Amino acid sequence: MYPAMRSTSADVFRPTDARPAPGGNIGMLRWLQENLFSGWLNSYTSLVLIGFVLWVFPAVLNWLVLDATFAGDADTCRQNTGACWPFIVDKFPVLMVGVYPQELLWRPGVACLALLVLAAVTYTDRLKGAVLVVAWLLLPVFALIMIGGAFGMVEVEQSLWGGLMLSVLLALVGVIVSIPLGVLLALGRYYGSPLIKALCVGFIELVRGVPLITILFMASVMMPMFLPPEMVINNLMRIQIGMIFFSAAYMAEVVRGGLQAIPKGQTEASLALGVSPWKTIAFVVVPQALRHVLPPLIGRCIALFKDTSLVIIVGLLDFLGMIKNSAFDPEWLGFQKEAYFFAAFVYWLICYGLSLYGRALENRGASGARR
Amino acid sequence: MMKTRIMVLAALAATVSAGAAHAGTLEKVREAGVLACGVSEGVPGFSNPNSEGRWEGLDADVCRAVAAAVLGDADAVRFVPLSSKQKILAVSSGQVEMTSRTTTWTMKRDGAEGVDFTQVIFFDGQGFMVRAESGITTAKGLDGGTVCVTTGTTTELNLADFARAQNIQIEAVVFEGKREAVEAYLTDRCDALTTDASQLASFRMSFPDPGAHTILPNLISKEPLAPLVAHGDNNWKDIVSWTVYGLLAAEELGINSANVDEMAASSSNPDVQRLLGSSVDTGNFVGLGPSWMKDAISAVGNYGEIFDRNLTIPLGLERGVNAQWKDGGLMYAMPIR
Repeated sequence: MYPAMRSTSADVFRPTDARPAPGGNIGMLRWLQENLFSGWLNSYTSLVLIGFVLWVFPAVLNWLVLDATFAGDADTCRQNTGACWPFIVDKFPVLMVGVYPQELLWRPGVACLALLVLAAVTYTDRLKGAVLVVAWLLLPVFALIMIGGAFGMVEVEQSLWGGLMLSVLLALVGVIVSIPLGVLLALGRYYGSPLIKALCVGFIELVRGVPLITILFMASVMMPMFLPPEMVINNLMRIQIGMIFFSAAYMAEVVRGGLQAIPKGQTEASLALGVSPWKTIAFVVVPQALRHVLPPLIGRCIALFKDTSLVIIVGLLDFLGMIKNSAFDPEWLGFQKEAYFFAAFVYWLICYGLSLYGRALENRGASGARR
Repeated sequence: MMKTRIMVLAALAATVSAGAAHAGTLEKVREAGVLACGVSEGVPGFSNPNSEGRWEGLDADVCRAVAAAVLGDADAVRFVPLSSKQKILAVSSGQVEMTSRTTTWTMKRDGAEGVDFTQVIFFDGQGFMVRAESGITTAKGLDGGTVCVTTGTTTELNLADFARAQNIQIEAVVFEGKREAVEAYLTDRCDALTTDASQLASFRMSFPDPGAHTILPNLISKEPLAPLVAHGDNNWKDIVSWTVYGLLAAEELGINSANVDEMAASSSNPDVQRLLGSSVDTGNFVGLGPSWMKDAISAVGNYGEIFDRNLTIPLGLERGVNAQWKDGGLMYAMPIR
């Protein structure tokens, strides 16, 4: 017999519990040491910043919450030292849509829903590329019809459009029209014959050479001077066209960066396989180029959304315009701080949202490229 | 350089548009069934959207009165917010039929920029606000005091001129922006704050204790605010001017939005009968219907009602020089007959 071969239950291998990490390598202290106090310069900066936060935070908290008024009217607010939130609540509808008829609010609501649904569908990647492109191109048309009224819906004059709705609309139409336009300009600049190239370069450099505010002034103030009254299209449309041109010039340069990054072999291979030059550009070069430049394209979209706030100087009451004149309502005079705080918050929310959405799309695009 | 170029272009365009006859505005408005009226992007008491998205204020109500007189419907107005750069041009180029946007009537604008001013609806001017406890009651009482003012503006120059003309000592404390000047006044850095009187009133309403501040009755500059129309259509200018006169006359004659129907039916005062079209079709003189003023008054009330509703009640602004001539003010309606 070989007793040694017989194993009893006592001999079964039992791993010992993992030993704790050496002291000081885990936990909050370690994290603090690594991230905030890893050298005398960092420690000093951290201390100053923490001090600053501790100094500012109570005042901000007091104003925002503790001393703030949450119900009542302007007189209740004036008796308290904190923020006046009933003001924002009361003004909320006009901040969102301006002087748009409030009984027709469902219409911009539907347009907004369509935007959110399409954004969600785009993210889930359920639809084919071509369908998505068409859907996005149709979205502004749908939004304009819903907001402005057509097909038997009550017409709403463009001078009544305002608030956040107008800001989003200007940015949405601006982005969706200027991306294709920018791609065309970039292609013209990169592949075009000398004449087309010169035209594209001329347009891009001319538009990029002037600030947006000048373009808006040109569109809104100067244009009606030179055109006979019958030919003058309305103010909003002129502004929108100005913004599209401005945005397209920048988009074109972003897209050109993408075009230059596509190796020559791609075009050569495609042409060698007998694909026509146009199709090569449309189905081989442009999709790859756009994927390369997705981050800066999204950056441009965010920038354009913020730029829409400039339209106040040409008499359009966008979100910031409504914020400004809400603080001038005789009923609610003296609550400018609340108004601008709310404006900053909403702009941040939307821009950060766009940024997150863009990053999500990029990640998806990256996994697609690996696949 | 850039500015000169823009000025040249603007002058050029103004000549062009002034040359083009803007006849037929009345027909244009009637055909469209709506009056395009330029207003501000938000000036308290003059034109500002309220929480329901309705334009309110003195300027907005004048637009409504004209729409009521012309179209019989005070709501047939398309309010077009205009920035101060656009306010003259939008009228001279025909984008709006009239502008009622806190615009000062000056010779240059009236003569050289392709627009015509109609009738003053508010005599504004640079005024002073002081703390009520200071006991100062007239601008001259500021002698030896300090005044908060924004730098580089006509406001600052007016203040210096006023002090020199009155031979009093006023120390101007200058600030970059209006907000800073207001904050400084509130923290007692000066005895008085100076800017246009209508603005002082809205600043005062934004203070924690509006009752502790007084606006002095003296105005040291002239800012007559009047609606404007394009140069060249005399009939249209008459319509807007006489609508304003009508609102003033209604106050003088004691006609208001509550009693207008009764007055039209039973008043024996010939002036009232003429104004409301009961005896003579006065509207016809400018191409309007007989009920022009009746429609306007029942919609927005007389001038006094409009002033109270938009300026006195919400902003605490006194009538002052804007009172009727009989009460020692400057508001004087030309005879409607």
